[in-house]
Amino acid sequence: MAADPILAQSALPLSRRQLLAATGALALPVAMRPAYAAPAPLDFSELYGKVSVLGLSFSDKVKALKGQEVAMRGFMAPPLKAEADFFVLTEIPMSICPFCSSDADWPDNIVVIYLDRAQTFEQANALIEVRGTLEVGSWTDPNTGFVSLLRLRRASFRKA
Amino acid sequence: MRRLLAALALSTALAGTAGATAIYPLDRATILAGSPFDLKVEFDKEVQPQDVSITINGQPVEQVLGKKPDFIAKEEGVNASAVLLRAAAFPKPGTYKVEAKAGGETKTVTWDVYATAATPKAKNVIFFLGDGLSVAHRTGARLMSKGMTEGKANGRLNIDDFERMAFIGTSSTNAIATDSANTMSAYMTGHKTAVNALGVYADRTKSTLDDPKVETIAEAIRRTSKKSVGIVTGAEVEDATPAAVVAHTRARADKADIVGMMLDVKPDVVLGGGSAYFLPKTTPGSKRKDDKDYIQLFKDAGYTLATDKTELASAAGTNTGKILGLFHPANMDVTLDREFLKKGTVEKFPNQPGLVEMTKVALNQLAKNPDGFFLMVEGASIDKMSHPMDWERALFETIEFDQAVGVGIEFLKTHPDTLIVVTGDHTHGISIIGTIDDNKPGPDMRDKVGVYADAGFPNYEDKNGDGFPDKVDVSRRLAVFASNYPDYYETWRPKMDGPFDPAVQNEKKQYVANEAYKNVPGATFREGNLPRSADTAVHAVDDVVLQATGAGADGFKGYMEESDVYRVLVDVMALAPAKN
Ligand SMILES: [Zn+2]
Repeated sequence: MAADPILAQSALPLSRRQLLAATGALALPVAMRPAYAAPAPLDFSELYGKVSVLGLSFSDKVKALKGQEVAMRGFMAPPLKAEADFFVLTEIPMSICPFCSSDADWPDNIVVIYLDRAQTFEQANALIEVRGTLEVGSWTDPNTGFVSLLRLRRASFRKA
Repeated sequence: MRRLLAALALSTALAGTAGATAIYPLDRATILAGSPFDLKVEFDKEVQPQDVSITINGQPVEQVLGKKPDFIAKEEGVNASAVLLRAAAFPKPGTYKVEAKAGGETKTVTWDVYATAATPKAKNVIFFLGDGLSVAHRTGARLMSKGMTEGKANGRLNIDDFERMAFIGTSSTNAIATDSANTMSAYMTGHKTAVNALGVYADRTKSTLDDPKVETIAEAIRRTSKKSVGIVTGAEVEDATPAAVVAHTRARADKADIVGMMLDVKPDVVLGGGSAYFLPKTTPGSKRKDDKDYIQLFKDAGYTLATDKTELASAAGTNTGKILGLFHPANMDVTLDREFLKKGTVEKFPNQPGLVEMTKVALNQLAKNPDGFFLMVEGASIDKMSHPMDWERALFETIEFDQAVGVGIEFLKTHPDTLIVVTGDHTHGISIIGTIDDNKPGPDMRDKVGVYADAGFPNYEDKNGDGFPDKVDVSRRLAVFASNYPDYYETWRPKMDGPFDPAVQNEKKQYVANEAYKNVPGATFREGNLPRSADTAVHAVDDVVLQATGAGADGFKGYMEESDVYRVLVDVMALAPAKN
């Protein structure tokens, strides 16, 4: 049986940041926030400023959060492998028709998630929250050839 | 007895081995005279070049085809040899028997090489392809668009007045079932092929881009005439159906490569979605894995670019000759979303033209060529909305497709030297069985399904006369169901919030009912009758109906394979005139 990612995650020592977030650190007055505040929430609808047929441009928010810890909610797209250290986060649950589209037919608003370690996925079709460091710009995964424009590195996730 | 069994086993094994030898084109292939194709023989084992003999009608192959094939001692990924001859052609029509031998292996195939009429019957050909267009789509479009009184339709669709018809078999070389790639490829090359393949026979090597090629209609037109070529679709222009006009690949998913193939052939007009595959990978929104900027490359090749309705209108007015219209990064939004509900991605791309407008612009542009043209117009989303069983969207697409056909009919009135073909590439298991009436008593939605005399007539209205019902979620609507489905929640109503997404994949890679519809009032769970690997309803193997009108339309009759349709197309254009 595959490991339950939630269990796997909670088996790790809970960081102070996660603890604070879990106990409602966001409700604390700004002045009382510790330096390692909860990651900035980033919504799928906030990723791009201009959207056109000839390409998208990143929003000011994305540009401002580059290199910082963010929290995003979304769905885990059907993973390419049962166990891996990366997956694709999408705004809505993904379904891909093998004969009418291809794996390349990802929606444009995806975020690639690189976990801090490989793990087994069981979260498809459920809303998850992912936290990680936001990386911006075109990058080709050397292992899979997957090209992404937005990534969360050193990420972890749990059921939202 | 034991000896006999051993001998039998041996001979069965040998027969199996010999049977594994493959010759491409396959047996019974029909080939246009003069049309280039790649001849490939795949032996089952590694063989010595001196043992290989390939003859055509008893003569050495190099003597007949004028070139010596390459011998591949060991093909990549297999312990077997092959023989390959690229771009061979038979200038003369006739029956050609090809025999390949090496060691104990023998394989024989017979090809029919045909010429066309000496003089063309039509100068222009407009090929309308309703992706997934099934009989129920036509019936539903007529009922929705025109209405019905006392059992007689209140009006007719444009496709209702085509005088010539045929039933078309759509099966693949590797299955009775089919997808849009191989079936459109058969229409556009005259050769049947395997699921997912375009303009090639599917060989055994891993690479999707090295398979034995056959000529596409656009290439045949470029090779033999000065006609223009146009492609119009509501899908991505590099999606299977439009790609089949120009492309050669074992995998329709090679979309980035297909854009390059499109540029190689340079159709005069290319209109549709799919810009993401034209953008270099560094541009956010790109789906390429390289730095090639195909927008720029097309511009450099003389194309005027249009990215919305307004730019398309002005591109149509210019005299540059070539138009590239890309109106969406992916598939364009469907009529119901674009024109009525403003759902899908319409908010992001509010100014997308429809199929009717695109067809008009393409016809105007192509008709400037005194030598004529070939135009392919795809009603792409009839299929794309039938897979998720979004029947209202699929029927609106069918109405729009019929209206685009209407543009062709208007053109035919002033240009009688035109052949119009309307067909589908495969069917869906869609049927209309009555109506669903919200005012019928009963707590369950199934009690509101009216069949036989209880069905009555739907109450769609088209007061503004645009051919579409003014309101899609009427109280007594068409009851449409699929013969096949994954697990899903049946909501019994049009999907007003955006296209239906019946099933989503779980962690076991199985498709399960999308919970997003669980709480829709009246929704009921339907356990699928498809394998759990199916995310949506699938294509049906049922024949499709082809209809034709105009010059040369009498070439269509009875039962035909898709590959026979190609023969009629090239015949009316006389692309390989028989010489005395
Ligand atoms: Zn399909």
